[in-house]
Amino acid sequence: MSGAEKVKKKLNVGDFVTKWGTIATMLIMFILFTFGNWSRDTGASMFLTQSNMITILRAVSITTIIAIGLTFALAVNGMDLSIGATAQFANVFVMTCFVWHNINIGVSIILTVLICLSVAVINSILIVKFRIPDMVAALSVMFMYQGVSMTYSKGGAITERMTRADGTQAPGLVPEAFRALGKEPWLIIIMICVVLFAYFFLNYTKHGRYMYAVGGNPEAAQLSGIPVAKYKILAYFLSATFASIGGICLAARVGTAQISAGDAYLMPSVCAAYIGFSVLGAGKANAFGTFAGAVLVGMLENGLIMMSVPYYAMNIIKGAVLAIALAMTYASGKTKNVN
Amino acid sequence: MTEVKLEMKDISIEFPGVKALDGVDFGLKSGTIHALVGANGAGKSTLMKVLAGVNTHYTGQIYVGGEPVEIRCPKDAKNLGIEIVFQEVDTALIPYLSVAENVMFNTLVNKMGRKQIVHWKEIRQAAETVLKKLNVDVDINKQVSSLTLAQKQMVLIARCVAEKCRFLILDEPTAPLSNSETLELFRVVRELAKENVGVVFISHRLSELYEICENITIMRDGKLVTELPLSRELEVNTLVEYMLGRSYEDNYIKKKCEIGGPLLEIENLSEKEGKVKDINMTVCKGEIIGVAGLVGAGKTELCKTLFSAYQQSGGTMKLNGKVIKAKGPTQAVKHGLALVPEERRREGVLITDPVVSNISVAAMEKYTNRLSVVNKKREKEDARNMIRGLGIKTPSENQVVALLSGGNQQKVVVGKWLNKDSEVYIFDEPTKGIDVGAKQDMYELIEGLAAKGKGVIYATCEFQEILSICDRIYVMYDGEIIKELNAADTNEKELLYYSTGGK
Repeated sequence: MSGAEKVKKKLNVGDFVTKWGTIATMLIMFILFTFGNWSRDTGASMFLTQSNMITILRAVSITTIIAIGLTFALAVNGMDLSIGATAQFANVFVMTCFVWHNINIGVSIILTVLICLSVAVINSILIVKFRIPDMVAALSVMFMYQGVSMTYSKGGAITERMTRADGTQAPGLVPEAFRALGKEPWLIIIMICVVLFAYFFLNYTKHGRYMYAVGGNPEAAQLSGIPVAKYKILAYFLSATFASIGGICLAARVGTAQISAGDAYLMPSVCAAYIGFSVLGAGKANAFGTFAGAVLVGMLENGLIMMSVPYYAMNIIKGAVLAIALAMTYASGKTKNVN
Repeated sequence: MTEVKLEMKDISIEFPGVKALDGVDFGLKSGTIHALVGANGAGKSTLMKVLAGVNTHYTGQIYVGGEPVEIRCPKDAKNLGIEIVFQEVDTALIPYLSVAENVMFNTLVNKMGRKQIVHWKEIRQAAETVLKKLNVDVDINKQVSSLTLAQKQMVLIARCVAEKCRFLILDEPTAPLSNSETLELFRVVRELAKENVGVVFISHRLSELYEICENITIMRDGKLVTELPLSRELEVNTLVEYMLGRSYEDNYIKKKCEIGGPLLEIENLSEKEGKVKDINMTVCKGEIIGVAGLVGAGKTELCKTLFSAYQQSGGTMKLNGKVIKAKGPTQAVKHGLALVPEERRREGVLITDPVVSNISVAAMEKYTNRLSVVNKKREKEDARNMIRGLGIKTPSENQVVALLSGGNQQKVVVGKWLNKDSEVYIFDEPTKGIDVGAKQDMYELIEGLAAKGKGVIYATCEFQEILSICDRIYVMYDGEIIKELNAADTNEKELLYYSTGGK
C-alpha cells in the first residue's frame, strides 16, 4: 500500500467514525444490554422485551420533546439552559390548573404554554437586547424559574386532594383524558409529531434555513439581509414552547407535579441534542439526531438500572457518554461551532 | 547621548511567486524620525517586518551601530531594542488586563524567572513612570478594553518604551486617529526622539509627514526609490511621482456601456458615529462608480453605511427617485441593494455551508410557497445555472464554500446577489486576495451588471483597477468625499494626490 493510499484509508476511518459512530455505539449498547441482562430462569433477555422497549420509548419521549426545543436554540448557535426549569414550571402550572382551579384540559394546556413563553421573552431580552452570552443569560433565567416554580407551588408538590395553605382541600381532579396523554400510545405519538415538525421546519422551510445561516455565521447572515435578531428570538420562543410541552407531558405521565421533576431533564436533553450533532455526520443541531441522542441516553439509563448500577453512580456514566459524544463531534472539526 | 545608526543593506526577500523586496537599503539614526512611504504593495511593511523579526528568511546585512547583526526571530529584534507597533493595536493588547499590566507585559511574561508572585506595586510604579515620561494621561488601573483606540496605541508605545527600545517602528499609526489625537501622537513621538529613540513612521497621509519627519524613504514595487531630507520645498506632487514611477498601462480596457438616468441618489448622508460624513453621490443606471481612497479613508464604512449595516444619520437616499429609509441590511436588501463585503470569509459567505445555500440565501422568497416551504429542486437548478454562468470552479453545488479558492468564493457572493436580482451592487475591495485570472472574470462580471442597467459602486485602494473599470470616481479622505473625478480625465497621480489629503 502506498503512502497516499494509507492516508486516504485513515481518513475514511475517521469519516466513518464521525458518520456512524453514534449509531454504532447504540447498536453495541443494545447488544451489550440484551446479553448483559440475560435471565437464566426464562432463557431470554429481560432487556429485549416488548414491554421494556415501550418503557424506554416512553422515558425517551419527554427528553426528546424538551431536547427538540434546545435543538432550535443550538441551530442559531445559542444555548438554552433554562429548558429544564421551563419544563418544571409547566409541570407545576398545568397541575395547579386542574387541581386548584378546576380548569378544563384544553384551556389548561394552552394557558400553560403561553405562560411559559415568558421565559422566552426574558431570554430574548437578555440575549438579543443586552447581548449577554447565551449560556449565562439562560443560566440566570434557569435559576429564576426554578425559584418561580417553587414559590408558586409554595415549596411543595402538587397532587390531587392536596391540603392547601389555608387548610382547605384542593377541589379539582386530574382529567382522565389528560392522564392518557402521558401513556402510550399518545405520549409516543406526540413525540413523533414533535420530531417530524422540527425536522420539517429546520430542513424544508425558509425559517429553518435562516436559523442555520444565523448559527453558522451571524455577520454574513446579517449582510445577506437575514434579520438575525428576529431569528434568534424565534429560536428561544420555540425552545420555551417545546420545553413547556415536555413539562406538560411529564405532568400527564406522573399525574402529580413533584419538586424539581422537570429540572432533572436538563442534562439528558443537553446530552441528546449534542449527541445529535454527530449522528450521520450532520455536524449541526438536527431533529433526528436529537431523537437518536435521546434514545441513546434513555437506553443507557434503562440498561444500567437493569444491570443494578446504583442510581447515584449513574451520572458518572451519563457524563462520560456526553464527553465521548462531544469529542466525536468536535474532534472531526465538521461542526458549525468550530471557527 | 551617543548616536546609534541602524542600517539595512541590500535586503531581499521572496515569497512564493513574488519578489517582495529587491535589494533595499535603509538607514535610521537614533533620535530622528524617519518617514517610510509607498503605494499599496510597495513593500514598506515587509521591510519593517524584517527588522521586527517577523520575516526571517531575508538576505542581506543589517548593522546596528556598525556591528553586523542577525534578526531571525522577534526576540532577536527585542534584544537589539527594535520594537514595532502594528496598525491593529487590538491584536497586541490583552483587553481584560489593566493598563499597567499591558504596559509591563513583557516584564510579567518573560522576566519573572522563578518568581511566582506578582509584585503589584513595582509593576504599577514602573508603568506610571513610563507613562509620565511620555506625558500620557491614562489611568494605569483602567481596563484596556475601555480605552479609546488612540489611548490603546499609547499603551503599546509605552510598552515599547518600557522595554528600553532604541528603534521604534510605527505602522500607519495615524490612519484610525482623529486630528487632535494625531497631534497628541506627534507630541509623544517627538518626545521619544528627544530621548534618543529612532522612529520609523509609515503613513499614507503625505501632508502630515512634513510636520514630524526629518527624512523620507520612498519605496515602489519592493525597491528603494530614493531617500531624501523632508522639507517644505519637496512638494507632495513630487513624492507622488516617486511613489508611482512611470505610469504603466493596465492591460484591461473597459467596454463602454450606455449610461441611463439616475438610479441611486444620496444627499448629505452621514454615519451615526461620524465614521463617514456628509456623503453626496449619484449612481446612474449602467454606471460603474469608483470610490477611491487609501486604507483607512473610510471606504468600507461608506459601503456599510449605504447598506445600513452601519446606522445612517441625517441625509436622504433615493432609489429610482423614491426616498428609501433602511433601518438595517434586511430592509436595504428588500429595496434592492447588494453588498459584496471586504471581509469575504467572515461577512460574505456562510463558510461552512454548501454553495447552493449560499446562492439562495438572499433570495429565499423565490423558492418558498405561502407556508415558507422551500422548493429544493428549483433552488438547486438555479445554483447550477449560477455556477455555470459565473464559471465558479466547484465539483458540485453541494461543495462547502470553505473549500473553494478566494476568487471562487467571491463569485459565490456575487452569485448570491445576482440571484436576488438587486438594483445597486456595492463592491468593497472585490479583488482583494484573488488571483489575476479571477480578477479578470470579476471585471467582466461587473461590466455585465452595468450592461444590464444595474448601478455599481466599486470601492478599492487599487487605483489602476478603479481607473480601468469605472466611469466616475469619488475620492475619499478621512471619512469624507473630497473630490469627484471623471475616470477618463484623470490618472493615478491625481487620485493619489487627493487621497493623501492634497487639496
